[in-house]
Amino acid sequence: MNVRLDRDAWRRGKSVAISIAALACVVIALIPLGSILLEVVSRGIGVISPSFFTQNLPNPCSPQLSGSCPTGGISNALEGTFVLVGFTSLISLPVGVLTGIFLSEYGENRLGRSIRYFADVMVGIPSIVAGVLVYSLFLLVAPTIGFSAIAGIIALAVIMIPIVARTSEEALRLVPNSVREAALALGLPRYRVTLRIVLSTGRSGLLTGALLAVARVSGETAPLIMTAFGSPVGFQGFNEPIEAMPHIIYVYGVSVFPNWQNLAWGTSLVLLVLMLGISVASRLALRQKFGIRGVV
Amino acid sequence: MVDVSNGVAPARTRKGRWRFTGDSLFHITSEVVAVGVLALLGVISLVLLLAAWNSIATFGPGFLMGSLWDPVHSEFGALPFIYGTLVTSALALLFGVPLSLGIAVFLSELAPNWLRIPLTYIVELLAAVPSVVFGLWAIFVLRPVMKDAVEPAIQSVLGWLPIFQGTPLGLDMLTAGVVLAVMIVPTISAISREALLAVPQSQREAALSLGATRWETTRIGVLSYARSGIFGAVILGLGRAAGETMAVTMTIGNRNIISLSLLQPGQTISSLIATNFTEAETALEQSALIELGLVLLLMTLLINAFGRLVVGRMWRTGEASS
Repeated sequence: MNVRLDRDAWRRGKSVAISIAALACVVIALIPLGSILLEVVSRGIGVISPSFFTQNLPNPCSPQLSGSCPTGGISNALEGTFVLVGFTSLISLPVGVLTGIFLSEYGENRLGRSIRYFADVMVGIPSIVAGVLVYSLFLLVAPTIGFSAIAGIIALAVIMIPIVARTSEEALRLVPNSVREAALALGLPRYRVTLRIVLSTGRSGLLTGALLAVARVSGETAPLIMTAFGSPVGFQGFNEPIEAMPHIIYVYGVSVFPNWQNLAWGTSLVLLVLMLGISVASRLALRQKFGIRGVV
Repeated sequence: MVDVSNGVAPARTRKGRWRFTGDSLFHITSEVVAVGVLALLGVISLVLLLAAWNSIATFGPGFLMGSLWDPVHSEFGALPFIYGTLVTSALALLFGVPLSLGIAVFLSELAPNWLRIPLTYIVELLAAVPSVVFGLWAIFVLRPVMKDAVEPAIQSVLGWLPIFQGTPLGLDMLTAGVVLAVMIVPTISAISREALLAVPQSQREAALSLGATRWETTRIGVLSYARSGIFGAVILGLGRAAGETMAVTMTIGNRNIISLSLLQPGQTISSLIATNFTEAETALEQSALIELGLVLLLMTLLINAFGRLVVGRMWRTGEASS
């Protein structure tokens, strides 16, 4: 009897110990998140001011030599990110949503399944490969253009299209069939049903997917290194290099000049607020209706 | 999703020619665009192959085995970077997988209901942090911790092992592996959590009715049932780790060498491309870098194709049995 009790106590104890270990895993994973937020906010908040958004890259300056240094700002990168992400979305959203429509409305066949599968695989392509790809493409077909905004836009579009395709498919799949059937029963042709009824019923899911994709490409750095390249001034035309916020963090974050480092921390704060904001808002909006499976 | 063949069927007239009604036009447009997305993958591979041809023709298969990267003498070998990618990815899995599984088990089996959804969102927020911000954080926060505390501590206990030789610098393969581990946690924990949630409730009830404790229920009834889904999650995490660029580039130390010690700097395929691509001096060096991009693409395509296959099967069996 005693042995039996001991063994039960041991089993219960083990169960409790493992529950605590699992909780500890959650806590450990939250330490980096907390530390990143803390660090970015505490180092970045002092840099943010109205002029941070209107001024350009400051001259490099070390405080020992010249006393006070100009803070400068990221207006060139802000403008660049706006142009890059704006035009990338202009290409990727229609293409991605149309692909999502095909997958959800006409995709229950061999072709649909293989496109769905490869779109999933493409979501996993490393973003730097998109940069190398677009560089190679320009090398082969338009060697005179080189580093340019348009190259950055194409590279980001390669990353964004499969994401939008899969999130919009998931969103449209959540539209109940009864809605389609009711509309068809009223005599609407199929394409009108899709465009007017299915899309508008699934619009909050579509919007969420689009926002998450926009957030994802806004934070991309790697593909821009060899495409958009970076530039000390704002948008100069599609065949000129252009700056972007994440790229500023990479280039100036490890600089020896404190005012350049601060610029990177301020940019990190702006980017983090933007991306976490989109992420939280979209998940809260989705929570009421349905859980989209995490594609992004 | 729905197979209401209304609208598509009458698109073909009796003569077998396409009649461009709104329906068929819309169906075809969306199909062409979707096939275009599929074709994009082929275009990507083809373009990379063409641009890398100079290097492929010069070095042949020996490129993958060459351990020297010497732009001055136009001698290019990929081995140090393949090695760096494999080592950092393996470290990421070593630290990241147990952590992610603990999180998945806690969120799906143990957490009280009111805590479940908020904690799930918070863990997923990690995925929303841009890679470059991870990198900046790692340089200023993680690096001093690794250099002054973690690495000396490891050396004082296990310093005799060849994998822990050398002066701790904080910018090395171990640090890169730790950052990668944090970055793949949201991927692995989210997909594993879904695999656990897809386990039928009857599995848990059966184990509990036999008098199993909570952990025994989880181990016997849930984890063993969901193991293929968890495996798929780990594979997809590996795919993410192998292709991750910015955070690794900023923490790995960027030296084109093969070093057995994890406390030495190294270079992954992606970090080499990120640091050297725009500074390549000859067409051959650029072509060699593009070939490395192709190698990275093929590696991650294989990993992801396999992982998606495993996870996809999980969903089919999960749906069939529920």
